[in-house]
Order: sequence, then structure tokens, then C-alpha cells
Amino acid sequence: MEFIAAYLPSAMMNDQTISQLPLALPEIVMLCMASIVLIVDLFLNDKTRGGTYILSQFTLLALVVITVMSFTQQKSIAFHGTFVRDGMGDLLKIFVYIVTFTVFLYSKSYLKARDMFKGEYYVLGLFAVLGMMVMISAQSFLTIYLGLELLSLCMYALVALQRDSIIASESAMKYFVLGAIASGMLLYGMSMIYGATGSLELATINAEVMKNTDNIVLIFGLVFVLVGVAFKLGAVPFHMWLPDVYQGSPTAVAIFIGSAPKIAAFAMTMRLLVDGLHGLHVQWQDMLIIMAVASLAIGNIVAIAQTNIKRMLAYSTISHVGFIMLGIMTAEKGGYTASMFYTIVYTLMALGAFGMIMYMSRMGFESDKLDDFRGLNQRSPWFAFIMLIFMFSMAGVPPFVGFWAKLSILKAVVAVDMTWLAVTAVVFSIIGAFYYLRIIKLMYFDTPQETSAIEGASDLRVMLSLNGIAILGLGLYPELIMGLVISVM
Amino acid sequence: MLSNYLPVLIFLIVGGGIGAVMIIAGFVLAPHKPDSEKTSPYECGFEAFEDSRMKFDVRYYLVAILFILFDLEIAFLFPWAVVLDKIGYFGFWAMVIFLGILVVGFIYEWKKGALEWE
Repeated sequence: MEFIAAYLPSAMMNDQTISQLPLALPEIVMLCMASIVLIVDLFLNDKTRGGTYILSQFTLLALVVITVMSFTQQKSIAFHGTFVRDGMGDLLKIFVYIVTFTVFLYSKSYLKARDMFKGEYYVLGLFAVLGMMVMISAQSFLTIYLGLELLSLCMYALVALQRDSIIASESAMKYFVLGAIASGMLLYGMSMIYGATGSLELATINAEVMKNTDNIVLIFGLVFVLVGVAFKLGAVPFHMWLPDVYQGSPTAVAIFIGSAPKIAAFAMTMRLLVDGLHGLHVQWQDMLIIMAVASLAIGNIVAIAQTNIKRMLAYSTISHVGFIMLGIMTAEKGGYTASMFYTIVYTLMALGAFGMIMYMSRMGFESDKLDDFRGLNQRSPWFAFIMLIFMFSMAGVPPFVGFWAKLSILKAVVAVDMTWLAVTAVVFSIIGAFYYLRIIKLMYFDTPQETSAIEGASDLRVMLSLNGIAILGLGLYPELIMGLVISVM
Repeated sequence: MLSNYLPVLIFLIVGGGIGAVMIIAGFVLAPHKPDSEKTSPYECGFEAFEDSRMKFDVRYYLVAILFILFDLEIAFLFPWAVVLDKIGYFGFWAMVIFLGILVVGFIYEWKKGALEWE
């Protein structure tokens, strides 16, 4: 009994925890609302299912308001050093809410046409967002792992949502097995670092690491942590799951996997490598360079060979992850800022590209082949133009915002005297421009295979147009987001 | 330092010893009347050797998973109950919140009909 008592928090510590609860208000609201959505959905039938959708969207909008209202630049650590609330976290969370809101909006008519308009999609989506929020605000290994698993488990279930589809079950299985291995690697690395430093809290770990950066156990742990991080980001050589999962899962799920979790994965990388293991940056820089260059090469070259647009976007994701890693690799504030900007911009572009696939799909037709985009200009000039914006932006053509994202990464890389790396990135970007421009060629210069009018829901059309205009508008005024990002880093 | 591990060593010896004594006693003292049914391998109601790709009822897994979910909470409730007088109202409400989340899951599984066999 005495033994247990020694490990119990004192009354004073408990009061401290209670007084810190408001810091976690967004997470608490999210947990309550996700539970409420789960219960409310039970009492709705297929006719009134729209209630679940409206409640989920209301939750996300309310969270945007709550987080904006309590936005703080000041870094405050709470709950015995396991949780952090800072400007970077708040900004990333706001983007996670907005991106998830857009995902839900885009996917509504897609889900309805496929008899998948179920409450589980929204409940799992909201819990996945809660996992991302925990990941973004994590300040110890325990919370990072907790958030990551909450996110991953929801994602595995979402991929398998269409359970009669063989290809969806297969990709869910692959995703689950590989994801479990990656989580195992991450945990193993964390246990090594815990063994070397005696702490799970990132701040304490960083202080311990500074004392002795040559510790072989630490470097061993770092390698395994990086394997886990690279898997979650989808960097080469841990990218094999991405194309299969994107292609196999319903587009409504692929758009979710391809967007919001990248923001959380970026936050996790920053927390682990910068907040926790910055003392080892000489070691992780080399590893990141190899993974970034490999991602740029494999992502851009293999994407050319794809005929399925979801698979092509998966390889495009891999190449974008290469850029994000290049920014983190600089181990400088400028690089982190550029990476964060790139991550946010990338998710907005990926949203649009997947949104286009869902806009063109209809009952019994997935529209996930490149050929389905043939002659889009004749069928719908406006949305051909919107797709052109997304493709030009992903390729990094000015004046779209994707150009500024690439430029800021390249500037940061050149600033740390790694010009050869910047040149490599540019070369692979030019190779990558081929497959983005091919879609534009298909849309504008080929004759359509079918001429039927495209039936897209009106809310989807409005949001997709807004998304495209945002990419163009942010390209003209990149400082709108860049200013925000700089102010929080 | 090393002497701290002495109880573990004694535990290993006593544990191993009791296990060995039981098996040996079973061999020496028990009656031996084998027949073909007794000596055939037993496997939970299934034939021991057949094609492993056979169909069986997924509901067994559902029940097993639900059982594990709600059984695990006992692992938290026991230590919580032992130290309840020391952790005070903070600990009490923390557990109420934990149980509340479990109740949400319970309502879900009940209403979805996961507890009904037919």
C-alpha cells in the first residue's frame, strides 16, 4: 500500500491538473461531441441521417470558433508535461478542422450514391480528428503514441467501411498490418530513447540528449522513431502502403487519408525531431536527406506510369512528402516554417484533386481513371479550369500557391548551403510536372469518351470552386498563410 | 542492489517447483486408462486436422471482442478501488468520466444489436 501511495499524485498536483483543463478545451469538446454524434446517430434512420452530417459539420465549425477565440502564441505545457498548447498547434488544428469539414462536404453525395451514408463514417472521422488533435498537442511519447493510434485505428476502420468490396478489404488489411509494424517500430525506438534518457517528456529528453549526443543507444532509438514517422508520412522506402490504400479505399476515405492526417504527421515529426531530439540533428539530417531524395525520385518517376488517378495522386503525395522532409531537414526555423506552409498548402491542393474525382463520379461510376478526364473542357469548362488550377499548383507553376510552397522550401535549403539538394529537388519537380500537365492535356486537347452532363451536388460545386479560387488567391497573396505560419513558429 | 531480486529468484524456484511436482504427481498417481477418444488431439469443438479455410460464425469474435473491451475495465477498477480513499474526489470523477465513455460504447453496441445472438 505504501508502495502505491508513493506514486499517487498529491492533492496539489490534482488541483493543478484541474486548473489546466481549459487548455484542452478543444479536445474535450471534440470528445463530447463525437460521443453525442455516436448516440444521436443511433436514433436516426436512413431518412433523417442528414442530422448526423449536420451535427458533425456543426462540431467542426464550433471547434474552429473555439480555437480561434482561445488562440495563443504563448507556449503552455500542462498535465505533468504531457500536453502542450502553442501557436503552431492551434494553427495546425484550425486547418485540420477546415480540411475535415471540406472532406465531409465533398463526400456527402458520393457516400449517398454508394449506400455508405452511415453515421459510422462521421463518428470515425471525428474520432480521427480527435487523434490528430492529441498528436498535434503531444509533448510526451505517451501522448504522441495515444493520438497516433486513435487516428490510425479510425483510419483502418474507415478504409474497410465498404466491407463487401474485395479491393477495399485488401487495402484495409495491408494498411493495418503495415501500420501496426510501423507503430511497433516507433514504440521500440521510443523505448530505446526512454532507456537512454530516463524520461518520456520531450523537453526533458531534449535536455538529456544535449548532454551526450554520441550515445549509440540514442541514435539506435532515433532510427526506429524515424522509421515510424516516415511510414506515417509515407516517405520512401516506407511508402508501399500509400498507392494501394489510396486506390483501394472509397474516394471519400482516400480524400480524408490524403489530407488532414498529413498535417498531424507533420506536427508529430516536429514534436519528435525538433522538440525532443534536436540534439541529434546532425544524425537525423543525413537520414532525412536520403529519404527526401528517394521520395522525390520514386514519387515523381513512378507517378508517370500510372493510369489510375488515385494511384497517381498517391505517388504525387510521396513526392510532396519529400519536399516537406527537405524543409525539416534544414534543422533551422526557416525550414520548419517552409515545411509547415508546404504541408498546409499541400492538403488544400489534395482536397481539390480528390474533390474533382468525387465531383465527376456518379452511381456505379468511380471516375478514377486518367481517361475519365478526357475532354472535360467540353463537358464542363469551369471545372476543367478548376482542375487546371490544382494541377498547375501541384506542379509548382506560378502564380498558384504550390509555387510559393516549393520556392520557400528551396530557399530554406539553399540558406543552409545545400544547393545541390535544392537542384535535385527542382530536377525531380520538372520530371513530375509531366504527369500533372498530362491531365491538363487530356482535359483540353482530347475528345471526351462520353458526353453526358456531370451531375455534381450543388454544395460540392460551390465548395470545389471556392477551393480552386483559394489556391489561385493564395498564390497571388501567399503572405496570407505565410504570415500566419511565420507568426506562430 | 542484487539482493532486491532475491524474492524474484525464490518465486521462480517455488513456482517452477510446484509446476514440476504437479505434473510428476499426475504421472505417478493418476489412473491410466487410455482409449482412442481420450488420446486424440482436442481443439475447441473443431476437427483437429482439416482445411483451415473453412467458414465459421463471426459472431463468436464479436462476443469475444466485446467481452475483452468490458473485461479490461476491471483491470482499472480494482487498483482504483484499493486507493480510492487516497485519491479523493479527483480520482473518483476521473473514473466516472472513464466509465461514462464506456457507457457510450455500451449504448452503441446494445442499440446496434451486437448483444443479440439471432
